[in-house]
Amino acid sequence: MMRFLLLFSRQGKLRLQKWFTPMSDREKKKIIRDMTTMVLARQPRSCNFLHWKDLKIIYKRYASLYFCLAVENQENELLALEVIHRYVELLDKYFGNVCELDIIFNFEKAYFILDEFLMGGEIQETSKQIVNRSIEASDMLQETMEEYMSKPAF
Amino acid sequence: MPAVSKGDGMRGLAVFISDIRNCKSKEAEIKRINKELANIRSKFKGDKALDGYSKKKYVCKLLFIFLLGHDIDFGHMEAVNLLSSNKYTEKQIGYLFISVLVNSNSELIRLINNAIKNDLSSRNPTFMCLALHCIANVGSREMAEAFASEIPRILVAGDTMDSVKQSAALCLLRLYKTSPDLVLMGEWTSRVVHLLNDQHMGVVTAAISLITCLSQKNPDEFKTCVSLAVSRLSRIVSSASTDLQDYTYYFVPAPWLSCKLLRLLQCYPPPEDGAVKGRLVECLETILNKAQEPPKSKKVQHSNAKNAILFEAISLIIHYDSEPNLLVRACNQLGQFLQHRETNLRYLALESMCTLASSEFSHEAVKTHIETVINALKTERDVSVRQRAADLLYAMCDRSNAKQIVAEMLSYLETADYSIREEMVLKVAILAEKYAIDYSWYVDTILNLIRIAGDYVSEEVWYRVIQIVINRDDVQGYAAKTVFEALQAPACHENMVKVGGYILGEFGNLIAGDPRSSPLVQFNLLHSKFHLCSVPTRALLLSAYIKFINLFPETKATIQEVLRCDSQIRNSDVELQQRAVEYLKLSSIASTDVLATVLEEMPPFPERESSILAKLKKKKGPGAVSVTDLEDNKREGGELNGGGDRGPDTSAMAASNASTPSPSADLLGIRSAAPIGAAPTSAGSLLVDVFSEAGPAAPSAAVNDDGFLSSAPPSEDPAAPLSEADDLLNKFVCKNNGVLFENQLLQIGIKSEYRQNLGRMYLFYGNKTSVPFASFSTTVSCPGELQSQLNVQSKPVEPVVEGGAQIQQVLNIECLTDFSEAPLLNIKFRYGGALQNLTLKLPVTINKFFQPTEMASNDFFQRWKQLSQPQQEAQKIFKANHGMDTEVLKAKLLGLGMALLDNVDPNPENYVCAGVIQTKGQQVGCLLRLEPNAQAQMYRLTLRCSKDSVSRRLCELLAEQF
Repeated sequence: MMRFLLLFSRQGKLRLQKWFTPMSDREKKKIIRDMTTMVLARQPRSCNFLHWKDLKIIYKRYASLYFCLAVENQENELLALEVIHRYVELLDKYFGNVCELDIIFNFEKAYFILDEFLMGGEIQETSKQIVNRSIEASDMLQETMEEYMSKPAF
Repeated sequence: MPAVSKGDGMRGLAVFISDIRNCKSKEAEIKRINKELANIRSKFKGDKALDGYSKKKYVCKLLFIFLLGHDIDFGHMEAVNLLSSNKYTEKQIGYLFISVLVNSNSELIRLINNAIKNDLSSRNPTFMCLALHCIANVGSREMAEAFASEIPRILVAGDTMDSVKQSAALCLLRLYKTSPDLVLMGEWTSRVVHLLNDQHMGVVTAAISLITCLSQKNPDEFKTCVSLAVSRLSRIVSSASTDLQDYTYYFVPAPWLSCKLLRLLQCYPPPEDGAVKGRLVECLETILNKAQEPPKSKKVQHSNAKNAILFEAISLIIHYDSEPNLLVRACNQLGQFLQHRETNLRYLALESMCTLASSEFSHEAVKTHIETVINALKTERDVSVRQRAADLLYAMCDRSNAKQIVAEMLSYLETADYSIREEMVLKVAILAEKYAIDYSWYVDTILNLIRIAGDYVSEEVWYRVIQIVINRDDVQGYAAKTVFEALQAPACHENMVKVGGYILGEFGNLIAGDPRSSPLVQFNLLHSKFHLCSVPTRALLLSAYIKFINLFPETKATIQEVLRCDSQIRNSDVELQQRAVEYLKLSSIASTDVLATVLEEMPPFPERESSILAKLKKKKGPGAVSVTDLEDNKREGGELNGGGDRGPDTSAMAASNASTPSPSADLLGIRSAAPIGAAPTSAGSLLVDVFSEAGPAAPSAAVNDDGFLSSAPPSEDPAAPLSEADDLLNKFVCKNNGVLFENQLLQIGIKSEYRQNLGRMYLFYGNKTSVPFASFSTTVSCPGELQSQLNVQSKPVEPVVEGGAQIQQVLNIECLTDFSEAPLLNIKFRYGGALQNLTLKLPVTINKFFQPTEMASNDFFQRWKQLSQPQQEAQKIFKANHGMDTEVLKAKLLGLGMALLDNVDPNPENYVCAGVIQTKGQQVGCLLRLEPNAQAQMYRLTLRCSKDSVSRRLCELLAEQF
């Protein structure tokens, strides 16, 4: 199973964190620190896999963002890379040519999309069409434009 | 303003995020956040009831602030309120906040559970999915208690939407992992297994994760999944790339599901049904064949997905370890990857080959790639790839290539990354020892290790070289010469000084004939390093000096002068000062004879497992190494040579100094004193009585009082074993030392130690009376079948045991194969003319030959399920005979000889252990699980061993222990 997924920038700024097992805030902070230093220190064209404690770390850089996924020892590294890629594709499809800013300003959407794709550290649905359809369906459930416009800004 | 704001963008939120991004400094950011927090707090506290939208917006802002790394201590209640909103987006934000911010012991759980309950029963699939996600994300015990029985129903109900089924399956999996006791599949089992046949691939993909986990824990109940999985796999593998529509990923049909299916099959042994097996082998062959086909796309995603399946198939082939043809094909395929231009594939091929190297079918095939692997170690740019190459070299090493591999690893060490040096050093040390035919090569290798990477050479490594030199007289002269030469270097590592000091102190005489290494030259060489060394090394050198005085009387004056000087005799370090004073005194007052006795050459170390191996296992983390090590041992028929694992202790070196706490005193391995003191469980009398000079004067509380002798007929034939003999035997299952037997006349104490398949037992016969025992004789016999299972050798004892005296007998024990009976010890003697004849069972039980095996949870359960054939398991449910105190139980389990594994069993009340029984002929892997039920005062004990007779015997033995 997957244990956590972190998205961070080249400067080490965390953009998204998803933990699939309960963990204390202290542990989380330590892991985030370890992962960013470890992954950012890697030379270009190194392999995408690392061993860390009893986990496998799979990371990949897309433009300015690093995606870093930790999986348990018996999991398949190559497939984990494709989990990352599929998530990037889903984001791309939703935002249209996704960039780091999209994830910063719509972090809640990035979480919702991830939740449609993965759950409890396992793959829930691999079909891009089905995930996209349910994301769109949930967007349809939001308030009407009029409702939206009448809200105060603060 | 934000570049993109999609969906129901909350303008206020976007403005806030922009503000934060525009902050020039950390301080400005904190200021802005505090302002916002104050604003939100006042809104939440304000009199005006907030509408849902505002609540959602503020909760979302709080979430953002939290994700920036700031603490949030309010807003939880507002988030919980959002859960009961009937607007989807509000609910969704509420759940997101809960998932991210609420930890499993929050007081809000009850309120949250209420909201979840409403959503689960809403029959609105989107709401149900949100609720299931929340359960999976929080995954607390309370949630499991509230919903564990509800979710299986949702999962198998006929009218549940596919997307809800998927969420339900994974939610249930999450709960099962946190609270397995609450998730009872029972009646649902077969319907869950049949989800493998579901038409919707997404449902199958989600369900298979659940099924795999359940199968690992209860392989028997789920074994029908094997044939279903094989046919599903076969359909996918043989489908055209377009058949599966959106489940085809870059022209590869359903890679995630394929891999999951292959992994599920790894929970089971090869299918017994010939047709199923044939179909599976066909699938595996097809997967191997596809690897040779030209790619359907140049995209890396295509090759990754395809190779992911290939690697998973290879894992299954290795798991089965029964199809030589497939194993060799797998090895060849990995061989191709070793030279692939993709770094990832080279890395994975190296990693995967490590496991192949341990299969007897493919070991040779792996070895053919040695040059490529060595090349990888030398030329790979990426340290993690080099690390895998080093691991593989270690795994493929055997006698035929050891010299080459060790040489390559040594030369790599000179430039190796700091992070992996210590592990490399241990590996080199182990290989050098294990495959040494000629010990001068071994000594050279270790000294080279110290030279190249002295800082990374741990104590275990240099202790070990000394143990081996001491135990093998053919290498002592060479070792002395080599360390002497190594010490010539102007700057040598302190570890080299330690080894040099110790070896010259013991064997310097072997090279003293050569004027270039005369005693004084040796001494001056050692002493020239003295001042640069740390206190423990200096202490060791002082001991070497006193040994020199014994070896070479001509150095006495010089050495005494050194000992006498202020810097020694008044050294501020108590240890050094004491040594200097005592050694000086010893050398001046003791006669040469006394000196020669006190400072005699160290006796050989007892045979036992290399402590380096233990260290590597520990370092490497459980599991990773143990597999290959066990396999290696199997191939090589155990450790080559038998050094001891006690450190060559400097105070033992100078025997007179027994009271001096030595820097490595705790390493004194024989543990002669410790276990006796540490075994207060032995009822009543301690063995100390037996050992004490004063004899049996102290009336020890007899373990077994009267009556034994009278039960033994006064005949010359060995008496039948005492009726209590089995009870006596049971006392020693979990301990090695104590009083075996005691009556008014005789006390028999036992001390024993075991290494690998060998054991040594010391029996102490104490005469409790003041009258000598005459014609005292003992015989050890192995009745019946045991003769071919156990080899016990004993030396005859003195025929007379004086009143109040104690005599000792040593037994050497070799375990040839597993056994169930115990050897018998018959004792005959005359006490005041009457013949006493007594037969006991010797407490030699199969568990004595355990070697503990540390492993992580997933390894444990993987092996557990591998041992799933019914006869491999023995189980007993029994009433507790003793208190159920945790510490006592732990001590007993440790005494059993297995490794007690923490954090393995999901239920912390349970105990699980792992170990390997070493017999001459084979190794038997054993796993144990003990489940106490404190309320019922019952235990359930389960053993799974690779040999069924062992499971049964261990179960019998252990059921008496708790």
